[in-house]
Amino acid sequence: MSLQSFIDSAISPWMQEEGPDHDIVLSTRIRLARNFTDVPFPIVAEEEKLKIVSNWIKTHFNQQSFNQYEGLEYFEMSTLQPIEKRALVEKHLISPYLMEKEKESGVLVSKNEQVSLMINEEDHIRLQLYFPGLQLDRGLEEAFHMDDWLEEKIDYAFDEKRGYLTSCPTNVGTGLRASVMMHLPALTLTSKIGKMVPAINQLGLVVRGMYGEGSEAVGNIYQISNQITLGRSEQDIIEDLQSVVEKLIEQERFAREMLVEQSELRLEDRVFRSYGILKYSRIIESKEAAKCLSDLRLGIDVGYFNHLSRSILNELMVLTQPAFLQQYAQETLTPKQRDIKRATIIRERLGLEES
Amino acid sequence: MECEICHENPATLHLTNYINGQKTELHVCQKCAMEKGYIEPKDDAYTIHDLLSGLFNFNSNLSNQPGINKSNQNELTCPHCKMTYHQFAKVGKFGCAHCYKTFEDHLNPIFRKVHSGNTEHTGKIPKRQHVHLQQKRLIQDYRNRLKTLIDEENFEEAAKLRDRIKALESGESSSDSNEEE
Ligand SMILES: [Zn+2]
Ligand SMILES: [Zn+2]
Repeated sequence: MSLQSFIDSAISPWMQEEGPDHDIVLSTRIRLARNFTDVPFPIVAEEEKLKIVSNWIKTHFNQQSFNQYEGLEYFEMSTLQPIEKRALVEKHLISPYLMEKEKESGVLVSKNEQVSLMINEEDHIRLQLYFPGLQLDRGLEEAFHMDDWLEEKIDYAFDEKRGYLTSCPTNVGTGLRASVMMHLPALTLTSKIGKMVPAINQLGLVVRGMYGEGSEAVGNIYQISNQITLGRSEQDIIEDLQSVVEKLIEQERFAREMLVEQSELRLEDRVFRSYGILKYSRIIESKEAAKCLSDLRLGIDVGYFNHLSRSILNELMVLTQPAFLQQYAQETLTPKQRDIKRATIIRERLGLEES
Repeated sequence: MECEICHENPATLHLTNYINGQKTELHVCQKCAMEKGYIEPKDDAYTIHDLLSGLFNFNSNLSNQPGINKSNQNELTCPHCKMTYHQFAKVGKFGCAHCYKTFEDHLNPIFRKVHSGNTEHTGKIPKRQHVHLQQKRLIQDYRNRLKTLIDEENFEEAAKLRDRIKALESGESSSDSNEEE
């Protein structure tokens, strides 16, 4: 397979579009947790009960279309190869938790991969919608429409006082988890982000590093999401998140300007060193790759490169994950072999830009 | 105790799973738990373990005593999924929608802690199943707005809104709001 056609298959179409504030915000995700009334939650349910859920989904929603989310297709976890499941995780279409589940678990995905419904994960349904850039309002609106469409055919577990009932007490009420993925290299470089986190937490929002363990942000990519789901309306939750994200965008832009102004040469040096590593290395670990990609992306954003597209960070962060490397290689790779393959893909991908 | 999976790191997570009513216990390190997908670092804000550890302690001291187990006849048990309060407190997850009613008396302190003091839902309502509830919420919203209008001494608008509320309460649909000058 050529690299270009591999990229086309590996990168979800929506990811290749540029959304609002795309210099800093990579993507927006809206997730709604929903359950069937009268079916026990997956944590205790017997297989035949979970089958009621999966059969219902297959009967009513498989091969259906809803607005621009065409060609919804159901994949059963038990029928997928481990590497296919990993690829779904790396595309964020399923959670690592769902990947481990076998019985009557699956995912319904739209053709454009913008919508996925995890079935019999921790809850019966986890509806997720993705958008490029910062699009919380639109995301919520479309999630609501999709939710109403599902509710035409499903009796949801809902209580007047507690709202949408979920397996975990942390999701009850709205069942909403809205998150925004942001690239914040300048706030990280200047150690400002650490000082902002406590204030953000006070608002019931959480900041976490992506692609890393714990709170470490590999590739300077952070996820900001709401923690509280009960007692606040979805609109209020989104509004708070929006205002914090806007603040972060403003601060990141300011920090970038400062960097350029005060330490132009140091910044340029850092960016071009990273570019050199990406362009010429033969073996590269995922952590180093992420760091260099973040530097390169920052370099693109501040205008050091005119011939490189911004989507390179999002693309290569996905492409250089283990499952995709192995899919591209079409064989199982040891960690060492992966580091070699990773370097190759990055060199080839940069080559595509320069040809 | 060392991690049951890698046998290298100390086991910092002690997970209890109920699969088809079968209880299994697992002692693992953070790293292995993430790798195996037992916890979701990328999805939920902080791990459920962090959030719920200590949360139930103040009202479930009983559950930590070895002498007391599932066979205790006085134990609060969900009639639909058979989950006991003891199990709920340990796992930190409800077994089914009916558990909410079963454990109702214990839930407010938990929700308050997890959701910054909140205990009641104020958001979306299912469209098809809960039409009446939606009407009720709409009337409540209008009432609140009416108060503001009166405070602002905007009596003309307030009168209009009051008529609309009356119409809603007498069972007319919300769509025939009249917009006359
Ligand atoms: Zn371990
Ligand atoms: Zn129950």
